[in-house]
Amino acid sequence: MRYMVMHYQTQDMEDGIVPSPETQAAIEEYMREAAMSGVLLSGEGVGPSSAGARVEVTDGKVRVIDGPFAEAKELIGGFAILEVDSLAEAVEHARKFALLVGTERVDVRRVVEAEDLK
Amino acid sequence: MNAANLDATVAAVWRLESPRVLARLARFVGDLDTAEELAQDTFVAAIEKWRQDGVPDNPAAWLHTTARYLAVDRIRRRDTHRNKVRLAAATSPQVVEHDLTELVDGDLADDLLGLIFMAAHPILSPDARSALTLKLVCGLDTEDIARAFLVPGPTIAQRVVRAKRTLSAANIRFELPGPAERPGRLAAVREVIYLVFNEGYSATSGDSWMRTDLCAEALRLGRMLASLTPHDTESLGLLGLMELQASRLKARTGPDGEAVLLMDQDRNRWDHLLVRRGLATLERIDQLGGTAGPYALQAAIAACHARASTPEDTDWVRIAALYDGLAQISPSPVVELNRGVAVAQAFGPQAGLDIVLPLFDVAELRHYHLLPAVAGDLFCRTGEHGRARKHFLQAASLTSNTRERTTMQRRAAECAAQHADESSE
Repeated sequence: MRYMVMHYQTQDMEDGIVPSPETQAAIEEYMREAAMSGVLLSGEGVGPSSAGARVEVTDGKVRVIDGPFAEAKELIGGFAILEVDSLAEAVEHARKFALLVGTERVDVRRVVEAEDLK
Repeated sequence: MNAANLDATVAAVWRLESPRVLARLARFVGDLDTAEELAQDTFVAAIEKWRQDGVPDNPAAWLHTTARYLAVDRIRRRDTHRNKVRLAAATSPQVVEHDLTELVDGDLADDLLGLIFMAAHPILSPDARSALTLKLVCGLDTEDIARAFLVPGPTIAQRVVRAKRTLSAANIRFELPGPAERPGRLAAVREVIYLVFNEGYSATSGDSWMRTDLCAEALRLGRMLASLTPHDTESLGLLGLMELQASRLKARTGPDGEAVLLMDQDRNRWDHLLVRRGLATLERIDQLGGTAGPYALQAAIAACHARASTPEDTDWVRIAALYDGLAQISPSPVVELNRGVAVAQAFGPQAGLDIVLPLFDVAELRHYHLLPAVAGDLFCRTGEHGRARKHFLQAASLTSNTRERTTMQRRAAECAAQHADESSE
């Protein structure tokens, strides 16, 4: 089963503050661990919202808003796709990531597969 | 957290951490039996404590700390006992004391690799190696492994027990092989992984065409190995091959569970994430350079299929050339058969038959249903439907897989119809 694990920004990430050497080392350690576990299929980080944009649609009218956006905690900081046997396993990976990287929130959601749509 | 959630969490943590805990313990104490005992004690301690106090924020750290504590305690008691024995026997005044500062957290990658080498030791039979690797390195329990291999639980349990006994009798201890031994040992590891994969990919018996849970475990192991030996082109080749083959898993079964061959598959059902991963692995192999080994070549062949968005786009000439290479470095009758198929596609069915027909004299292929299956297909294409039908019937009689047998019988019947048409002209 595939799960997407999405972590959320910290204010530091939003402010473009380069992570401390310790945090960078922790992130590298997590990536090594995740690779060694054999369950990581893909993953990317995304930059601060100042370099991004938002599309809002209300009653068919489209509004495009440039970043930055105010609520760091509501903004995705990156994602990973894991191949695991259960939600509980995906949660344990999310836990490890959160503790190592210092994010306050990681959402875990099941990836929809073709069979689910039948 | 309620009891069910606790159990699920503990099971998930153990699945993830038990190989690492076991690997470290194996390095601390040297022998597998003691290491497993200590790992089991750690697990029991975790369940007892976490039931009382809840799951700690960092369960992995808790497990590693507890495991180390138990290991230190065991080693101290062992040393004390040995010293007592020596004093009593008055054989030697020397006091034995392990330098416990050695029990530091080493490189987890090395520990894991050491465990993998142990579980896949060439002294063990392939069956024993698979069972031990799935148990120790994947953290699966014997029931899961038994279900995956379609054998009774006690059979796997026995395999594991015997395997550990063999390792113990040969005094195999935890250590990373030296540079001279390493290539051979890595080859033994790869062999186990691919064996498990193939057991799932082309289920040789039973009613279903594949068993995807085994493929999933093999992929997990393959990714693990590739991350632990990132410059080894054969480890990367094995991973690339498995990712690309696994990308086709969903397309390999028709609506009634029947086998769908590569050329007939709906390519929209191929898993494109796995295809991308497989192709990316092949790029890394290219970047590393050197001569391609058998897995890397097989991966390159699989990549040719993966790159073709329709069967007609397949670069058969390149595939035939890759098979020529494979036939040179890793010759076997099966490789020759596959080479025949590729050559037929690239240069016509007669060219393929010239390679395939001599294989009927090879003893090794006498019971291999794919040989007559291929011959049947090639004779269909040269228009010799009578001969094709005979070969398909032979193929049907040789396979123990019900789905494949049905497919072969259907093709034989189709040939019979064609042949009847021809005879009446």
